[in-house]
Amino acid sequence: MNIRSLLLSSAAAATVLFGAVAAQAQSPAVGPDARSALSAGLRDAGQAASGLTLEYSVAPAPGFFDPDSLWGPPTAEEAAAMRARAAAVEAGTAQPLPAPKYSPLALANSDMAMSGGRLFVGNFNGFNAYDVTQGEPELVLSVVCPGGQGDLSIHGNLLFMSVEQNRGRLDCSARGAEGDVNAERFRGIRIFDISDLSAPRQIAAVQTCRGSHTHTQVPSPTDPNVLYIYNSGTSSVRKSGELSICSDGEPGQNAETALYSIDVIKVPLNAPEQAAIVSRPRIFADRETGEIAGLWKGGRYGVAGQESGPTNQCHDITVYPEMGLAAGACSGNGILLDISDPEHPSRVSELFDPDMAYWHSATFNAAGDKILFTDEWGGGVGARCRAQDPATWGADLIATIEDGRLVGKNFFKLPSVQTAAENCVAHNGSLIPVPGRDLMVQAWYQGGISIVDFTDPAKPFEVAYFDRGPVDANRMYVAGHWSAYWFNGRIYASEIARGLDVLRLQPGDNLSAAEIAAAERIMAETINPQTQTRPVWEDSPDVAQAYLDQLARSNGIEAGLAGRVRTAVEQWRGGRVDKAGAGELSRALAVIPENAAKADGARLKALSELFGRLGQRG
Amino acid sequence: MSLTTALLVAAVIAAPVVGQTPPIFNPGAPGQGSRVVSAAEAVELSRTGYVDADVRFMQHMIVHHTQAVEMVALLESRGASPLVRRLGERIGQSQAAEMALMQEWLGSRALPTAAADPHAGHAGHMAMGADAPLMPGMLTPAQMTALAAASGPEFDRLFLQGMIQHHQGALDMVDALLDDPQAGEDPTISDFATSVNADQSAEILRMQSILSEL
Repeated sequence: MNIRSLLLSSAAAATVLFGAVAAQAQSPAVGPDARSALSAGLRDAGQAASGLTLEYSVAPAPGFFDPDSLWGPPTAEEAAAMRARAAAVEAGTAQPLPAPKYSPLALANSDMAMSGGRLFVGNFNGFNAYDVTQGEPELVLSVVCPGGQGDLSIHGNLLFMSVEQNRGRLDCSARGAEGDVNAERFRGIRIFDISDLSAPRQIAAVQTCRGSHTHTQVPSPTDPNVLYIYNSGTSSVRKSGELSICSDGEPGQNAETALYSIDVIKVPLNAPEQAAIVSRPRIFADRETGEIAGLWKGGRYGVAGQESGPTNQCHDITVYPEMGLAAGACSGNGILLDISDPEHPSRVSELFDPDMAYWHSATFNAAGDKILFTDEWGGGVGARCRAQDPATWGADLIATIEDGRLVGKNFFKLPSVQTAAENCVAHNGSLIPVPGRDLMVQAWYQGGISIVDFTDPAKPFEVAYFDRGPVDANRMYVAGHWSAYWFNGRIYASEIARGLDVLRLQPGDNLSAAEIAAAERIMAETINPQTQTRPVWEDSPDVAQAYLDQLARSNGIEAGLAGRVRTAVEQWRGGRVDKAGAGELSRALAVIPENAAKADGARLKALSELFGRLGQRG
Repeated sequence: MSLTTALLVAAVIAAPVVGQTPPIFNPGAPGQGSRVVSAAEAVELSRTGYVDADVRFMQHMIVHHTQAVEMVALLESRGASPLVRRLGERIGQSQAAEMALMQEWLGSRALPTAAADPHAGHAGHMAMGADAPLMPGMLTPAQMTALAAASGPEFDRLFLQGMIQHHQGALDMVDALLDDPQAGEDPTISDFATSVNADQSAEILRMQSILSEL
């Protein structure tokens, strides 16, 4: 979320139509569907769903909501009225209106993490935790600590939180508030001890030069007692008088500039209060010349491209420690980093695309050979899913990793026109661990929640969705889903203004009951979505059936062979395993037809190996 | 793909907050304990204010940006290079968008958009001669006259030099704002200041590169 991006997109607005013509010539335009014209309302908006059921919707926690805090960029009429009133006040012919009570997003819900059966939901004003072990979320902890955006992650009893705004104070206070106010500004990563929910405590606060917009946990590959945090700051650089390690400027004038780097924070887990920055790597440097500002310089590529800022920051980094890789969504570029030495990440590839306005976040597929990048065109506070908005702008860009190089393949945008009253653009999501497919659930702000299949990177398509109408039919208030993540069998989605939603997958044409069952069985104690782990599917009839369902859907298996697999799976489900038959089936499945699609080849191979193991069971 | 199972539900599934909710903690500095606050106090903690320096910054930047828009208006009839013209148009659009944001911020607080003291707040420019710029980096009346009189490649050169000087002034104004420990706490202002810093630094680099090739 970024208020200032609205500026860039307003400036680009005059040229949008020209760009739209060019972009739409390359890709089909987005059209209306059942979720395009839902009725408005804060708590009673119309809903539409396909392949998803809303199980629970939880209103914001006490202390984290005020209807007066709802905010949207002023409309042209409102802006004109404001200017007229200001002039009238100056002329002495009108009384001034009271100033707005809140700054934008003062109480917005933001990112999430899951640990020990508890869901943690960040907020610009702190965070809340819910016990979800009984299904319906039960509020168990509220912590107020303003500073935005409240991106958070969990490790054991430690909760890490990003603070980026100047208003952040070391002691979670606020100027103008009652009681003692700490004068010391804090922008960076806070660490809380949450071992005792009746006595949460801040134990450390690591100051950084550009604050912390997002952060990502990176476990040490060698020392279980060490956790690293990759910090992405996107805000202005602090004065050296405020924080001595900081100085501003372009690298040509100042080689020490705090721009053009990320912060690597080392957290000794037996003494987390000693957490500190250990390096600020120049991950955007030119590989040959060493020039610090080695990537996109900012501006527009060609006449119909997006305007994008210089690559002097990452917005978000997702790591895949088992692969030793990180994917960075970094302003004007998507980048791939080798993190086998976490203190010294090194860039192995970078991607630029003229349709990408702001590289925002990244998600690896399970195999680690594809990355879905998002583009937060308009900063999340603009309506960017209207009929006139290009289908390749504010979308997902799906890239493959080929011999260590990022290669852009295609775009996916929410396939539904949304109204001008709905802020809508690609935002945060995570993988749904269905074996044999690359599925991601994703939040699109007031565009709702969408599940995209990007197994074939050239042909991404939507599998399921959930959406609500706008907060208000006539005026855009910034709201909608910030993040939608798959956590242990359910989708949890944080709603900026409305609280929290819990959804469950429903089988349909594009997703079978077995595929859902296989995904729902993948469990983890702690999930920080930007620290990906490889799902491991235990052999089960559901996993076998999932592969079979996929092969049948894509006509990727010969009918007779499919029938034999179906019979074997049914027998297995009934507790009868014909070991010799399983071995035979394994050998038959191992013969991959030459014309098989890549995904089908992988499914046949996985199924063959599964039956191979089944045939050898003791 | 088919979405035939699309299902319209106009139901309210807002679970009301029932029964006991846990206390709301407001942590202290690292190593300190937390205090318990009421829901009303928690909401109150989310509010931010602004100081006079913030208001002056917004008012002064409007004056500053107005000149950039005036400079861009000269491009159409006097410039030579299409590259400079395109860049100038983009600068004009972004400065106009930023001016609207500043006017709205001031207007929604019933604050005047015009500064009462257009020369105040920047000690380096206090010696006001007849040809003094209004704000840091702004072109002096003599410089503006020279620009308006030039045409062709000479105009392009003066335009780029002038706009680099102008943008540098905006960076100085942001710098002065952030130097004030009381200022820049309103998230809209700090985001805006970040935006000015980032965009104008990038534009300066681009202008310097074009200027070196003229």
